[in-house]
Amino acid sequence: MVESFPHDFVLASDGRPPVDVVRATLAPRFTVAPGGRPRTLRLTWLDTFDWRLYEAGLTLQHSVGPRVSEYTLTASDGAQITSAAKGLRWPALADVLPPGPLRARLQPVTGVRALLPIARVSATVSRIRVLNADDKTIAWVAVTGMSLAGPGGKNGTGLPARLSVTAVRGYQAQADRIARCLTVAAGVTPAAASPLDDVLAAAGRHPGDYSSKIDVKLTPEMPARCAMEEVLLRLLDTLEANVPGTIKEIDTEFLHDLRVAVRRTRSGIKLCGDVLPAGAPEEFGGEFKWLGDVTTPIRDLDVYLLSYDQMAAGLQAATPAELDPFHDHLAQSRQVEQRALVRALRSHRFLRLVKAWRKELAAPAPRRGITAAALAADRIRRAHRKVMKRGSAITPDSPPESLHDLRKRCKELRYLLEFFASLHDPAIHGQAVRDLKGLQDCLGEYQDCQVQQHEIRMFAAQMMTERDVPATALLAMGELAGKIARRERRARREFADRFADFASPASRHRFRALTAGAGR
Amino acid sequence: MKILATYNIKGGVGKTSTAVNIGHLAARDGLRVLLWDLDPQGAASFLLRVRPRVKGGGKALIKGRRELDAAIKGTDFDRLDLLPADFTYRNLDLILDSTKKPTERLDRLLRPLADEYDLIVLDCPPSISLLSESVLHAADFLLVPLIPTTLSVRTLDQLSDFIAGFDGHKPQVLAFCSMIDRRKRLHREIAEHLPEERSDVARTVIPALSLIERMSVERAPVTAFAPRSAAARQYAALWAEVTERGL
Repeated sequence: MVESFPHDFVLASDGRPPVDVVRATLAPRFTVAPGGRPRTLRLTWLDTFDWRLYEAGLTLQHSVGPRVSEYTLTASDGAQITSAAKGLRWPALADVLPPGPLRARLQPVTGVRALLPIARVSATVSRIRVLNADDKTIAWVAVTGMSLAGPGGKNGTGLPARLSVTAVRGYQAQADRIARCLTVAAGVTPAAASPLDDVLAAAGRHPGDYSSKIDVKLTPEMPARCAMEEVLLRLLDTLEANVPGTIKEIDTEFLHDLRVAVRRTRSGIKLCGDVLPAGAPEEFGGEFKWLGDVTTPIRDLDVYLLSYDQMAAGLQAATPAELDPFHDHLAQSRQVEQRALVRALRSHRFLRLVKAWRKELAAPAPRRGITAAALAADRIRRAHRKVMKRGSAITPDSPPESLHDLRKRCKELRYLLEFFASLHDPAIHGQAVRDLKGLQDCLGEYQDCQVQQHEIRMFAAQMMTERDVPATALLAMGELAGKIARRERRARREFADRFADFASPASRHRFRALTAGAGR
Repeated sequence: MKILATYNIKGGVGKTSTAVNIGHLAARDGLRVLLWDLDPQGAASFLLRVRPRVKGGGKALIKGRRELDAAIKGTDFDRLDLLPADFTYRNLDLILDSTKKPTERLDRLLRPLADEYDLIVLDCPPSISLLSESVLHAADFLLVPLIPTTLSVRTLDQLSDFIAGFDGHKPQVLAFCSMIDRRKRLHREIAEHLPEERSDVARTVIPALSLIERMSVERAPVTAFAPRSAAARQYAALWAEVTERGL
């Protein structure tokens, strides 16, 4: 998180020209000179939908003006990377930026998430040079007046003018001294927040206002029904927040988060539906299954496409170019599935589902029945027992279905842990989740490989019937299938160790601590 | 990233003025430029108001990227940075000689800067030395100011022959007539005919103008303090010709 802004200041509007304020403050140590004519710029801040840059203490600003189109990435310590680039359209992945340090710094943080505009202002920027004894510029003081872009791009709310000190490369120590001088200047207040924070606050937005995590605060004594309604409402908010991004195909994570919200909702209804109003699980369970099902084909294609470059680069006998028809097939199939998904998300059935579900969850709940703590302990204990029982029964000869079933039971346990996280000791909860995650990763890899094995055969058959597919493409796909099969066998071999870790006395002790108080 | 060097065996021919003005014009065009003042006299550093001092001297710089990064100074101009001169550069030959493959050392040192800069301008000291050989190997483009005399043309031939003997990478050579004194008939004749006779000589000439000499008083590129002057226009034409030729 960005916490302090040692080189940023807010300027009081006492009528004095900013250059006079700076000159009076820095004399006689430094002299100042105007740094050219003021420029009018449009400033846009970019971040991912889930605020990955903000969480990493980074801000990415795009400045556009006459003969200027520049991206500036600022870290919490004030370090900056700039890159000039024109004609980029957002939202887009950081990959669209020209190669260089900016892209290299952004890509590991943003990953598969697209950058999208989160705030826009129009700004007037005047620059003041700060000079040393050789009349050499050693720092720039920028005076920025901002006004929030109003409807239709017109200027709206004005924000207090800001001063910011930027060192010329190689003169950081002097710039730090200049900033220290300004800290005690009359009419200048050290900034408590970044320009982005000010702009977001003025626009009524909160950084980090989206997270796919179930960040509800439950209390042990609250009625179980109220607790579940709070959890399920939070999941519904997440689901709805991801619909526009899924329809517009901004990035693949919108659909992923939407699907996770649907799966968690289905598990919540299945595992804790008895505390919800009578009839609700039956009425809504099937509808959420439908919603989950319509999102599955496209997600499967996304999984292939997201790992495509890595898969193609790992080919030994075939060349990546020979796999191109497979990529084309995946991309075309995705377009078809996307159209079907958009139809479903715009359908009356979907709109009715979310509206009715919200109404159901918002209905006043009777304040009786078991408590949230009792529900959490009981359901986690049962789910844990189920995982232990089914996992213990798996031998090297067990069919794949048994591992698939165990994977689903593990997911249910994981979702229950997430629903009731706020009721648990964070240290024990965190370790219990890690215990489970080790097993889930192994089962997930095994299941993904199984699905991909099946699908690659299906894709090959489709490609042969739909078009004149070169033999080299099928051979390359065969090589991919071989690689997937090796991964699958490795995951199957690792299962026994992963399950043994999960079933260890220490792990069982942790789950006992989490479920203390539940009836045996 | 491209590396451009201003080079001539002779001194006082306009190498530093060219390096500073070309660097400024490239930065003004949006390129991220680093100018390395390799001349221990530090004229380019003086013109850009940077003290000619590098911590650890030339020896530290030749060692690696970290030392190089720490020594770079921003100038008064956006996107134009300077690696200042240092008096120890007078020993750069000896320092290079103590490294493995000394003629490749400069190139290996500069190439990793590609993620930060689009253009590196090397302002070379007047000499034939291990340093200048290392510069010739690193450069993609060699800009050679020529005083229009018969002897200067002969020197250009020697330089071209020397580069032709390189294995692998060879810089593109572009000479131009510098410090032309219109009152001198020989200057006028050579400046007129040389570009017609030789493809490695630019059409643009840089006249001997008092405004260019004034750079040392203003301590700034003429393209910055007198951007509409004849001198600035000639440097702009030279920069345009350099880019036309594929820099």
